[in-house]
Amino acid sequence: MKPSLEWQIATVKAIKPENARVKTFTLALPHWSEHRPGQHYDVRLVAPDGYQAQRSYSIASEPERSGEIDLTVELLEDGEVSSYMHEVLTVGDQIEVRGPIGGYFVWEATMGGPLLLVAGGSGVAPLMSMLRHRAAAGSRIPARLLYSSRTPGHVIYADELERLQNAGDGLEIFHTFTRQAPEGWAGYARRIDNQMLSEVSAPLGKLALTYVCGPTLLVEAVANELVQIGMAPNLIRTERFGPTGDIV
Amino acid sequence: MAEKFISRGFFGKRRQAEAADRLPPGQYITPGFPVLSAGPTPRIDLSQWTFTIEGLVRQPAQWSWEEFLQLPAQSSVVDIHCVTKWSKLDTRWEGVSVDTLFEHVGIDPRAKFVTAFCHGGYSTNLPLEDIINGQATVAYKYDGQPLAPEHGGPARLLVPHLYFWKSAKWIQGLRLMEADKAGFWESLGYHNRGDPWQEQRYWSD
Amino acid sequence: METIQTDLNRALMLDGNAAAGILAEIFSVEMTTSLAECAHCGCQGEMGTLLAFTQAPGLVLRCRDCENIVMRIAQAPGVTYLDMQGMAFLRMERALV
Repeated sequence: MKPSLEWQIATVKAIKPENARVKTFTLALPHWSEHRPGQHYDVRLVAPDGYQAQRSYSIASEPERSGEIDLTVELLEDGEVSSYMHEVLTVGDQIEVRGPIGGYFVWEATMGGPLLLVAGGSGVAPLMSMLRHRAAAGSRIPARLLYSSRTPGHVIYADELERLQNAGDGLEIFHTFTRQAPEGWAGYARRIDNQMLSEVSAPLGKLALTYVCGPTLLVEAVANELVQIGMAPNLIRTERFGPTGDIV
Repeated sequence: MAEKFISRGFFGKRRQAEAADRLPPGQYITPGFPVLSAGPTPRIDLSQWTFTIEGLVRQPAQWSWEEFLQLPAQSSVVDIHCVTKWSKLDTRWEGVSVDTLFEHVGIDPRAKFVTAFCHGGYSTNLPLEDIINGQATVAYKYDGQPLAPEHGGPARLLVPHLYFWKSAKWIQGLRLMEADKAGFWESLGYHNRGDPWQEQRYWSD
Repeated sequence: METIQTDLNRALMLDGNAAAGILAEIFSVEMTTSLAECAHCGCQGEMGTLLAFTQAPGLVLRCRDCENIVMRIAQAPGVTYLDMQGMAFLRMERALV
């Protein structure tokens, strides 16, 4: 079945602040179609004078949740669309969207594993769709998420990630902090490097399906490092998010 | 016919009101200086950098970076307009006037068009009459600082009266020609001249 | 502490996946998993792996290996320009009827 690539008008069902600069928008879609974890939707804003702005946002929710999608959006300093969504959009408002889009950066339980996910900042959003789907599908495929954030306050979905890990179904989560770690933190506290990737990926082996998402420069650095430590290059998929200030 | 959906409370970051008479049709003022590019930033070694004028000229010329900096330079404050609809007013540049460069070569009377060719493979074409008589410079400073690589440094062409895709970044030289030859964006539907005041964005305009 | 050279131009670069919407518009099917061969260096890869430059008057997709242009797309009112000189071939799956 060909997914609809027409624009449709979604309604904002809920808005949830994830941290100081990130919010998750739950949108009810009149023409929802089941997406594949990792895909995105395009969002389009139109001003009364005809001026348009359009951006793509990864779907953070799992396809098992029908009729609606979650888009997790970071407020960018000069962001036209993100500032509208954060500062103007309210529950009950309508917003034009198109999707689901993208076939390259997707993972479904049927694809197998093991699964290695590497996120920088808001790049965790599409990976969250994959992990939520993995849980909803009852999968026990070994999976590890390495998630880089500046400070604990920057972490998105903190509680839910802990719950998913505690389910004991083979998912392990590793946080690293690049600016400031939590009090008494014994885990990683630096930018992602070869050593860290080697340690985290070791139990998964060199043939893990690997997905890297975040700011472009972080994704490039990590993708190069993964190849350097011997991960199979053709199993590494990247989704660059463009610039966000500096490397997380 | 269904009306287009309008987003409640959305006006965009770009405002027109302040300088309406200085903005060509369809343009909006932008606070920053957007970086638009068709490819990765070329890495240019100043010791290898040259600027060339060739084609229908009496005497082709080439300058090294040191030689180029010896040429009389001028400052200018101009408005710039990008075909993607953003404009920036009162931008400050420093560089060598194209007229100064042309004095060194002597233009052949058959020359009617110019192609600017650049590191990284970009090119753009424009009528000769749009690049002479004080209308264009090869700029190496923006806002008092050396031109940043992402904005075209070490040097870019600056032709502010035309859409900014004509102000070719990472310029290597100019070629004078009798016949017009479509450059990078012109070969993909964009206008051969590109006058923002006549909204010459596309080939059909 | 290492200093990071941030090249804003490179930081704006995206994956071919970012072009999924416009490619689907033009080809009417999902294109990011279609195989393309770079006419310049012969490297083959899914379109999702191409480097995408979206901040421009048009979309430019470049080969991941040699960074030469594989495809260019520009949209003027009512028309789409497509340049595929940089692509030796494009392999699209047909739906089973």
